[in-house]
Amino acid sequence: MEKIIFYILAVSILALSLLSVLSRRLLRSAVYLFGVLSAVAGFYFLIGYHFLGAVQLTVYAGGIVVLIIFSILLTHEIDHKMERPGWLRAGAAGALCLAGAAMVIQLLSANPWARVEAAERSDLDTLGVLLLTPGEGGYLLPFELISILLLAAIIGAVVIAKHHLGGSRENQENQPL
Amino acid sequence: MIPGVSLLEILTVATLMFFIGVYGFLTRKNLITVLMSLELILNGAAINFVAFNKYLYPGTPAGQFFALFLIAVAAAEVALAIAIVINLYRRIKSVDVENVNTLKH
Repeated sequence: MEKIIFYILAVSILALSLLSVLSRRLLRSAVYLFGVLSAVAGFYFLIGYHFLGAVQLTVYAGGIVVLIIFSILLTHEIDHKMERPGWLRAGAAGALCLAGAAMVIQLLSANPWARVEAAERSDLDTLGVLLLTPGEGGYLLPFELISILLLAAIIGAVVIAKHHLGGSRENQENQPL
Repeated sequence: MIPGVSLLEILTVATLMFFIGVYGFLTRKNLITVLMSLELILNGAAINFVAFNKYLYPGTPAGQFFALFLIAVAAAEVALAIAIVINLYRRIKSVDVENVNTLKH
């Protein structure tokens, strides 16, 4: 049963990522991306990491995709069709990616993976305690760094998006927003 | 572990997803689609962390923390990128990578 679900998820991840990369309509591309991110969340649920799956759904599928869709709606006509990439560019990029994927998969299948047997610790209690544990085995320092990074990103986004800070005069007079 | 699914199969899916993202990154000309390809690349990497954690080192949740921090960094990155895209659109009415060359001169 799990095997079938995994294959359905794998096929939908790959098909939707291809569609998202190849589609000529921006909004459709974003919706396909939403499908990919939801399928990845489904994979996290399937593998048993429920917290991670929930975070993936709320932050990625719920937050990031909505931000991307908003920015598409703010900057493009809804029926805008993008031009296709030139054959040379598409061919070169495709060949490069195929060669890279073949090489990586070859390396992965040649590697003997050694499992370190141990009792599994991945429940929510362990995660929460480790996230706030300083020192050995704890993740308090990266946790605090991430919070500072998020604060910096919020301030940076506000400063960049606020257009009368640093915008040139003529631009502002032409388009009062 | 997922019964009946080997580590190699998961890593193959993640690798293909990563390289589909790279293809989009190389061929797309619109900044927003480049950003979406970047999300595919980051997600492929996060799947790798999770699969290694589950299959090879079940005794420690390190891979989960990597994936978690990766999601947080991606959220910050997207917020900034969207701000830059909207600011660019206000200034030059375009979000094509080929028109964004103001710093070149």
